[in-house]
Amino acid sequence: MIKVLFFAALREQLGCEQYLLSCDASLSIDAVLQQLKARTPLWQQALSRGDLLCALNQQLVPLSASVQDGDELAFFPPVTGG
Amino acid sequence: MSIFVAVQNADFCLADEYDRLRQDAHFGAVVTFSGLVRELSDHTLYSMTLEHYPGMTEQALTDIAALAKQRWQLGSVRIIHRVGTLKPNEQIVFVGIASAHRAAAFNACEFIMDYLKNRAPFWKKEHTSNGDYWVAAKDSDHQALARWE
Repeated sequence: MIKVLFFAALREQLGCEQYLLSCDASLSIDAVLQQLKARTPLWQQALSRGDLLCALNQQLVPLSASVQDGDELAFFPPVTGG
Repeated sequence: MSIFVAVQNADFCLADEYDRLRQDAHFGAVVTFSGLVRELSDHTLYSMTLEHYPGMTEQALTDIAALAKQRWQLGSVRIIHRVGTLKPNEQIVFVGIASAHRAAAFNACEFIMDYLKNRAPFWKKEHTSNGDYWVAAKDSDHQALARWE
């Protein structure tokens, strides 16, 4: 399984903070994103924002990175701390 | 050479943090930055809620402090970031640097704030007289990173 987390505005739009996805082989994050978008039109829209950021095992990575079984993946809008 | 990072709801005391930075007489310069909740120009800001990604946040701040230590000769680096609900004028963030001379401390303090603004997973939601809004990221914050590359 891959644990997928959502934060901030994205979490509110999806009404979901954590989603579990089965994963048999190594996948690109982009492929995971396509699976998530295919769930509902609302997920399709919310996850299509061009400025979406992604963290793999709590490190920022590009969407081209690969995920494996057991990984923690997170999607979120641009950060606004400080 | 030490790095201290804290993500907490509790407030921090600038005087206490300053004292912690001036423990070692090898370091003749201390630079500190405090970020506060700012009022809005167009509506009344009642409060702000800061959300974060527990675990990643602490690691990201530690990584940013370590990057600064690779670039400059630094003594202590202390970063505190508050989360939860804060009111106007409350303290949000503290960055404190001790170094032998001032140039390294000034530069490292700005570097850490610029990286924190772009890389540390915090999100602000404003509660205002006009409704609740997630704060949008600023282009100027992205551009500020370019000067360090």
